Amino acid sequence: MTALLDIAELSKRFPIGTATGPLGRLRKRFKGGPDHLPHVFAVDDVNFTIQKGETVGLVGESGCGKSTLVRVLTRLLDPTEGSVKLGARELSLMSAARFARDPDRARIQMVFQDAGESINPRFTAFEAIADPLRRLKKLRGDALKAKVEQAATRCGLPLELLSRFPHQLSGGQRARVGIARAVGVEPELLVLDEPTAALDVSVQVVILQLLQRLKVELGMSYVFVSHDLSVVRLLCDRVLVMYLGKIVEAGPAREVFDNPLHPYTKALVSAVPSIETRGVAKLRLQGEPRSPIDPDPNVCRFYGRCQVGVDACKTSMPPLRKVGTDREVACHFAQASA
Amino acid sequence: MESPALDVDNLSVEFRTRSGVVRALENVSFSVAKGETLAIVGESGSGKSVTAYAVMGILDPAGRVSAGSAMLGGLDLLKASADQLDNVRGREIGMIFQNPRTALNPIRPIGRQIADVLIRHGNIPRSEAPERAIDLIRSVGITDPKRRAKAYPFELSGGMCQRVMIAIALAARPTLLIADEPTTGLDVTTQAVIMDLIGDLASEIGMATIFITHDLALAAQRAARIVVMHAGHVIENAPTRELFEQPRHPYTKMLIAATPDRVANLDELISIPGALPDLRRQNLPPCRYSERCTRKLMDCDQPLPHVINGSAHGVACRNPLS
Ligand SMILES: Nc1ncnc2c1ncn2[C@@H]1O[C@H](COP(=O)(O)OP(=O)(O)OP(=O)(O)O)[C@@H](O)[C@H]1O
Ligand SMILES: Nc1ncnc2c1ncn2[C@@H]1O[C@H](COP(=O)(O)OP(=O)(O)OP(=O)(O)O)[C@@H](O)[C@H]1O
Ligand code: SF4
Ligand SMILES: [Mg+2]
Ligand SMILES: [Mg+2]
Repeated sequence: MTALLDIAELSKRFPIGTATGPLGRLRKRFKGGPDHLPHVFAVDDVNFTIQKGETVGLVGESGCGKSTLVRVLTRLLDPTEGSVKLGARELSLMSAARFARDPDRARIQMVFQDAGESINPRFTAFEAIADPLRRLKKLRGDALKAKVEQAATRCGLPLELLSRFPHQLSGGQRARVGIARAVGVEPELLVLDEPTAALDVSVQVVILQLLQRLKVELGMSYVFVSHDLSVVRLLCDRVLVMYLGKIVEAGPAREVFDNPLHPYTKALVSAVPSIETRGVAKLRLQGEPRSPIDPDPNVCRFYGRCQVGVDACKTSMPPLRKVGTDREVACHFAQASA
Repeated sequence: MESPALDVDNLSVEFRTRSGVVRALENVSFSVAKGETLAIVGESGSGKSVTAYAVMGILDPAGRVSAGSAMLGGLDLLKASADQLDNVRGREIGMIFQNPRTALNPIRPIGRQIADVLIRHGNIPRSEAPERAIDLIRSVGITDPKRRAKAYPFELSGGMCQRVMIAIALAARPTLLIADEPTTGLDVTTQAVIMDLIGDLASEIGMATIFITHDLALAAQRAARIVVMHAGHVIENAPTRELFEQPRHPYTKMLIAATPDRVANLDELISIPGALPDLRRQNLPPCRYSERCTRKLMDCDQPLPHVINGSAHGVACRNPLS
């Protein structure tokens, strides 16, 4: 069976020091263009697949490349290298600008990091939801209205709110507009970048249950970026853990959080505050993190902060390898525990 | 207890809108001592940010403080002149805002922005500011701080911008820090770094912290005391441990139960029934939770005792849990 989405050897690097403005352009000219500039390795040789109907969580440290990865795979950004395949079709060769007008655009939709700010403040909720339906499905008139109302109803947004502007809606209502907008075109893959970060628990619960329901009703797949591990654990089938541009651990969400194998995942899981224990985490990351700017390809990215770290870790990069039946870890020493 | 760093008493705030007056805060009281961390928790729309803005004197022009005082040392912030406030803000009171990306200047490198603040507050010589800015970038857990100092906000991730804002707020080593959701959008290990940094400053220079959050577990971990707000009222104020072991307000109990901490699947999570009442209503009941409450008695329509500031465990409820 072919996967819905197949990501292979995907990388995204940003040149730095190419500041905009005349000074930046001048500097660029004299230093000989972007190739000679240092680069941020935001996403570095990432591989994974997403099956139809699957919910994949993406977690990792702030700045590790989650937003960049999802912007490349939704083809809002062009990759530096690698392949993004939607079903049988290769999307990485087409520019982001061209893909914006492609019929397959409707198959991948994205809800942005702050739903409130990504909705045009001059659009009513109706217009916000209608916009992608007009552009991508060419709907007009009554057919458009019916689709907008269907999407709103699916997302639990009362129809009387459709005439309101974003600033007249509460945070939870705005989040629903953001989701309705993405769900309206009935994508096969919905990518959500921290959709609930700004919401309090009681609104968050409603949104999560909504996502769960839409998954069953529409058979959608999700990529769900979040810092809230308890939410990822509840919503996702599988989780990918990123560290400095690389996937360092992958596997079924519950198994990964209940029994983390990579030293970074262990530190992450142990730092989750809990109402029951209330104490401050036992496993605190020490040491200087490595820089994502032109990192050494032969040193484990976690070396220096890792509790295990030995000489081997600074001479060879641990590849992501299979451990046990359905787990993957990028650490020389990780082992399936009994 | 020594005299509090900030003492808010009976603060009420209203917003004028076309469709009526929003009574956003009513009789809000709390205080925070030197070196102490006080958390303010509550649903979205409960008035947490408005409380912070009122104290900082930066309410929306449609808003008005209709009663109350906020004493910082001998100065009532709610009656202070613009000059007095300018003098205090940034230097004595630092604030971390809820939407950090919009608060940064998009066309100035972050290192310069931090140095600007350091120079403005005049606590270090101009020539040392760039170096000190780099130290601050490092302290909020951003790697390669020297090169990152030259980055523009769009070149940083969401969480990195947020940490730059935090570095700016802490740069002046304020005596009072108001942190509005400082770590939402940060992963838990980075969050721990930031909260430790705030905690260290609290013990080092006796900085008092008002920590606004909707993450109860984080409040539990970091605050000595917790104030629970609902629809513009303080409904409970207690030492952290007591609040979790013996919540007295029915709303507090619901809030604790709605945390996705330990449940096995999504269906087990409960959302709090009902919604916050419309704060424009003329006939708001004395207990603004009463229309959502399962413990409501006849008595609940009578005026409530509001939470007495300073009492060990205050609750604004006629039928509290015991
Ligand atoms: N400029 C304004 N005009 C009218 N009403 C306002 C204004 N600003 C805030 N409010 C109202 O005041 C109440 C409190 O809002 P506030 O922003 O303090 O909530 P909050 O507790 O910080 O919520 P969140 O967790 O979502 O940040 C809300 O009902 C809000 O609609
Ligand atoms: N336009 C850009 N130019 C240069 N560097 C960039 C650009 N966009 C992102 N980066 C860099 O790429 C890295 C990854 O950023 P990204 O936004 O993907 O992180 P993230 O995992 O989403 O973090 P957060 O959890 O804080 O949102 C960071 O080091 C960031 O500084
Ligand atoms: S490979 Fe080495 S440094 Fe990297 S995570 Fe494993 S033990 Fe730590
Ligand atoms: Mg991001
Ligand atoms: Mg707020």
